Amino acid sequence: MIDKIRTADRRRLSLLTSVGDRFRALPKWQQAAAFLAFVAFLYYLPLLGVPGLTWLRTDSIAGGNNWAGVLFVCAIYVLVAIGLNVVVGLAGLLDLGYIGFFAVGAYSVALFGSVNSPVVKWIQQKFDLPPTWAVTWAICLLLAIVLTMIFGVLLGWPTLRLRGDYLAIVTLGFGEIIRIVARNATSITNGNQGISAIPGPEGAPSADNEVFGLIDAKPWYWLAITAVLLMVFAVRRLEHSRVGRAWLAVREDEDAAAVMGVYPFKFKLWAFAIGAALGGLSGFLFASRNAFIDPTQFNANLSILFVAMVVVGGSGNMIGVSLGAVLLAYLPERFREVADYRWLAFGLAMVLVMILRPQGLVPSRRRARELSDRAAEAEEVPARV
Amino acid sequence: MHFDELIGHLGQHTVDGLSKGAIYALIALGYTLVYGVLRLINFAHSEVFMVGTFAVLGVWTAFGVQNNPPVGQAVLFLVLGLVAAAVASGGTALAIERIAYRPLRRKNAPPLIFLITAIGLSLVLVEVFGLLLPDTVGGALPDLFGRPRQIVGMPTIIKQETVIQIGNTGITNIQVIVFASAVVMMAILDWFINRTRYGRGVRAVAQNPETAALMGVNQERVIMLIFVLGGIMAGAAALLWSMRFGFTQNSIGFVLGLKAFTAAVLGGIGNLRGALVGGLFLGLVEVYGATLFASNWEDVIAFVVLIVVLMFRPTGLLGESLGRARA
Repeated sequence: MIDKIRTADRRRLSLLTSVGDRFRALPKWQQAAAFLAFVAFLYYLPLLGVPGLTWLRTDSIAGGNNWAGVLFVCAIYVLVAIGLNVVVGLAGLLDLGYIGFFAVGAYSVALFGSVNSPVVKWIQQKFDLPPTWAVTWAICLLLAIVLTMIFGVLLGWPTLRLRGDYLAIVTLGFGEIIRIVARNATSITNGNQGISAIPGPEGAPSADNEVFGLIDAKPWYWLAITAVLLMVFAVRRLEHSRVGRAWLAVREDEDAAAVMGVYPFKFKLWAFAIGAALGGLSGFLFASRNAFIDPTQFNANLSILFVAMVVVGGSGNMIGVSLGAVLLAYLPERFREVADYRWLAFGLAMVLVMILRPQGLVPSRRRARELSDRAAEAEEVPARV
Repeated sequence: MHFDELIGHLGQHTVDGLSKGAIYALIALGYTLVYGVLRLINFAHSEVFMVGTFAVLGVWTAFGVQNNPPVGQAVLFLVLGLVAAAVASGGTALAIERIAYRPLRRKNAPPLIFLITAIGLSLVLVEVFGLLLPDTVGGALPDLFGRPRQIVGMPTIIKQETVIQIGNTGITNIQVIVFASAVVMMAILDWFINRTRYGRGVRAVAQNPETAALMGVNQERVIMLIFVLGGIMAGAAALLWSMRFGFTQNSIGFVLGLKAFTAAVLGGIGNLRGALVGGLFLGLVEVYGATLFASNWEDVIAFVVLIVVLMFRPTGLLGESLGRARA
């Protein structure tokens, strides 16, 4: 059984690499055309009506959720996966508290942008502002990114000097701290009651909003997918820059990197801050689409899910992690029968994928090579019997 | 801040904290043993504890235990519960080692991968045991991990009553039993690791696996041994938990495991006596902190203390390493 899975997997992987190689061998303009077609398809997805593909839509089953809404969630998860990939995949730091940054991003738009938040009310009183005043959405976006970066540095500063496995537990604790603070600090966050009327690009949610309303999710999806594409581009540039190479060096061998003049702490902190900012951005988009958040939406479960999508997809490879994110967000929506058992399925998938293919479903080439090197080293050491 | 309350009832809070910390310490031993030898965090250890509580529940249900049985029966049920929990937890720990860790150890995978399989396996365990419980219809614990399920109550084996009264500090019989049995279990384990032949093997592998193998220590057997030992300790903790709190749920392991790991790190992971110190310390800090601020800040206090301790003593209060313990 296991052997059968192994051979099937090997065949699938060689197919994958050959497709990749063939794509890279194409002339530049054909690559660009294919890429543009793919992007156009992404934008077309919420309208998906091609006969033969309509079964993909989640509203094609009884009781299925709004298709564009599901796509929006997928896009948000992809954004999260890309951010977490910077931390886990590129810099090799296991962050189990990523939900904390997501929550900080969500809360920064809720606390500063919503007229119902205690923070906004306090500012209104203090500066004698009208009761309709709140921070504009666009400024909230900046605030969200800056605040999450600050939180990333605050968490990273004391903890990044720790060894990898300590870091995992400390970050898990951090995610919980954020959630509990959001729950307990009622005078700031409204506690379990949550905050409503979180603004979108057109201001507070109301029936008059022409584009970004509460009902039609398509514009939200287009907004999110635009953010995803921009961030994919940015992270890609980063990955192939000096910083990206430094992350790689630190991940493979911290001491060797330090000897070569790459200061590990600095680059790890950068990875943390950048990853945090991406998490904050996704939390920000999530909150403004939802228009309502409360602390129960940010529990430790989701952190584990985030790590699962990065690792199962193939950490270090943006196509892989995006695939992982889409799968984990989409499958339970389309196949309602499995939704009840999805945590069980995630658990099994994590164990199986890690044992059979530690580099993930769509591995990054470099990562795959690192792991096979390690496996080869293991065989050279005869004492470990 | 309620300084008056804390100072006024310092004795009571200390007793509460110590009896709470004793359970943390027992679970922390499992993390410490595995970390000391293999240098990896057995994230699924929290589920080893959870399985233990289910074993206790199963045995007590099978024998039709009623509330407040006579003393003779109570002792019998406790012993039966202990045996069942130890077997179930030890077996689970061993299974985890076989399924999730051994294949990876062969491949010399980086530590991150071990952590992921462990998380995956603990999700599987939580969900599988969740199938035994009825679905929630509200009013249950929040779903910290996996799908939310109802909690199940257990019969009260020992009626809680104050047996020792010093000033305004009352110590209940359950607190005495929990604390005493935790310390005894730990003393036995400490003796086993430091004084017996098998324990010497464990210390040897922790110190230097290659040399230990050359000296004729069977490494695989040592690894199995530490998983089983950690599992037995978690089983004992599961019995004490069932006796004291009288309920279980498929996701109780998550927070408790996190706390126990925190305790292990606080005391210096890989250090057996450190687990005891760390567990008791964490229990005290939590109870004191909850009194000073409010009880819903308990978890925050625990994690903040962890971060602060790690900043100043990255190897914990007593320092690391099972291997460096005196031969």
